[in-house]
Amino acid sequence: MIKKHITGALGAALLAGGLAGPAAAQDDTFKIGVITFLSGQAAESFGVPAWNGGKLLVDMLNEGGKLPAPYDTKGFGGMNIEVVVIDEAGGATKQVQEFRNLVQREEVDAVVGYVSSGNCLAVPPVADELKAFTILYDCGTPRVFEDGAFEYVFRTAAHATMDNVSLARYLKSRDFDVPSFAGLNQDYAWGQDSWADFTGAMKQLYPDAEVKTALFPKFGAGQYGTEISALLRERPALVHSSNWGGDLQGFLIQATARGLHKRSQVVLAAGDHVIPQLGNKMPDGIFLGARGVNGLAANARGGELKELTDTLWMAYEDEYDTFPVQAPFRMWQALLGLKTAVEKAMADNGGKKPTDEELAAAMKGLSWDAPSGRIEMMLADGHQAIQPNAIGTTKWNEETGKMELVDVEYYAARCVNPPAGIKSADWLAQGFPGAECD
Amino acid sequence: MMHLPVYVSAIIAFVLLAAGSLVLPDWAMFLFAMALAKGLVCLGIVGMMRGGVVSFGQGLYYCLGAYTATLVANSFGVSDIFLLTLISAAVCLAVGLVFGPLLSSYRGIFFAMLSLALSMVLYGTLSKMSFIGGTDGLNIGAPTFLGWAPEGRPLQTALYIYVVAIVVIAGALMRIYFDSEQGLITLAMRDNELRVEYLGASVRHVMTYNYVFGALLGGIGGTIAVLALGHVDPEFAFWTTSGEFVFVAILAGYLSVPAVFVAAIILELVRSFSNLYFPNTWQLALGIFLLIVIVALPGGLGSLIKRSKETDT
Repeated sequence: MIKKHITGALGAALLAGGLAGPAAAQDDTFKIGVITFLSGQAAESFGVPAWNGGKLLVDMLNEGGKLPAPYDTKGFGGMNIEVVVIDEAGGATKQVQEFRNLVQREEVDAVVGYVSSGNCLAVPPVADELKAFTILYDCGTPRVFEDGAFEYVFRTAAHATMDNVSLARYLKSRDFDVPSFAGLNQDYAWGQDSWADFTGAMKQLYPDAEVKTALFPKFGAGQYGTEISALLRERPALVHSSNWGGDLQGFLIQATARGLHKRSQVVLAAGDHVIPQLGNKMPDGIFLGARGVNGLAANARGGELKELTDTLWMAYEDEYDTFPVQAPFRMWQALLGLKTAVEKAMADNGGKKPTDEELAAAMKGLSWDAPSGRIEMMLADGHQAIQPNAIGTTKWNEETGKMELVDVEYYAARCVNPPAGIKSADWLAQGFPGAECD
Repeated sequence: MMHLPVYVSAIIAFVLLAAGSLVLPDWAMFLFAMALAKGLVCLGIVGMMRGGVVSFGQGLYYCLGAYTATLVANSFGVSDIFLLTLISAAVCLAVGLVFGPLLSSYRGIFFAMLSLALSMVLYGTLSKMSFIGGTDGLNIGAPTFLGWAPEGRPLQTALYIYVVAIVVIAGALMRIYFDSEQGLITLAMRDNELRVEYLGASVRHVMTYNYVFGALLGGIGGTIAVLALGHVDPEFAFWTTSGEFVFVAILAGYLSVPAVFVAAIILELVRSFSNLYFPNTWQLALGIFLLIVIVALPGGLGSLIKRSKETDT
């Protein structure tokens, strides 16, 4: 009886495998596996907007000639781009399995994905084991390349240290007086790390500022009544939060109703992405970043990347009736980096479709232009990007009925990111050695 | 003599499953190895289910086993899979012996909630411990096999054979246990605990046994899973993970041991393919599948075997 059922199961499994049949990519298509949140809390804030932006870019590239130079060639080096999209929800266990399936069953040529830091830590060892070229496009934890070294894994976005260093620099450059500050961050790695980075940066720039209270409500708490009472009672000059998504919206709406933003300056490490949802419920005068020169800050920048930024901005607004926030910008910088790497590898190997080794060699230390600025693979032996950042102040424009970012300060990548060879925690503790600010 | 069929079918099962390592593609071998490792945890739940209680907190041992293996591997440089499995199993056995007697006097929803609470305590504690990675978790290197350190396909094959061997041994031992006096008393408890006590058997005693076996199997399953995955995070102890184990146990039913592993493999396959073909609605596809199974097979997959047995005789 055991035998019968085991054979049955094996048969069923083989049948299922056969049905799926590895759709090996041909030489005229480049197949990418995209992993991003399509369900769960991070879908609305990051996953869905990122892929909304990515889809537009892939369509434009496949058509060819839709983007300004050097991205006006068709697809990736003339190859058509084919995409398999996988939901990132379900935890690291599931993601490691799905990663293997993408590489071994779907035989994708490159994997682009991962918003969650947990997944970004779990996937790289597997990517190296399978020798599969992988781009981490969004996640923030510096641990990926500070605790490990990987041959086939690259992160095309700066890690999260930049976000909080920029906030502290913004306060300093605007001569904002900070006798004391407090924090409200989600109680998981992202929130804990952000608070550690922010206090670390403040210690250097405002050594006399007193840390009043550090609150860590549960991830997904949604209700912040007690925390807001505590913040109102403590009267810190500044309240820091790296909350995102529904947690940030909930906190802002509840805090505004009780006038917290009038008593304390609110600073948000990654707050731009809730502006479309909150509209004029987002209070004026909040200092916020977008984890890079993304969204409103990119739109306000102009300069030589204006044409590229406008292409993203207008296509996104046309298609989705809202403006692009940080996530689509990061997806664009990943895909444009991949395009640059593929084309560089093809120039080196005589125009053949590049292998994973050739792609990794081309990507190492690469730099390219994206709507979010110049991306440079500077850290972790050419595997970790640095990028410029911007912090601005919210201001509702009554005439246009739109939120604007005013008093925007732009920071060079080397000013707010640690140099190569030093861990970000040490860089903060030692007072930003090697930082190059204008 | 009575146990001979178990040995024979165990050997046949091992040969058949091990033969899979020759024919299965890489991705499927990994999926099978993960499914079988999770199946071990579910087998522990089935052991309790036979006595009429369901643990909603098997993630506790799954996670504890995984973290024990990872921490031992990272701090003492141990990478031998046999040693890591033994250490994790010992830790889980010890913890199971502490909680077993406590939980064995509870039934129904109280047992389910208490076991769930224990696993969530571990989840919360690990999430707070940022020095071992907090919610982001930890990585563990590839295992070695008595000094042999394979890579690539040989590594996957070795892991697969290892998990198959453990599954077959554990499955056979649990079958023998289920058919033993203790195991049959468990089944009797499902119908009437009072009568079992009047017969002179201790219900608490038997329940403790079942719980401790569940803890042991959970720890071994977690160790193999983390060695295959290379990463562990507190999510291993989260209630959704435990819920998945319960689901597999319900899908399998309490009548058959192999059905547990078949159910685990089916769930993994359905999840993987629904993920690929319906990236936006895979949870819905999975949910519909679960509903159909529960409606069509209320007794679980194991009831199919029983049915065919009845028609045979």
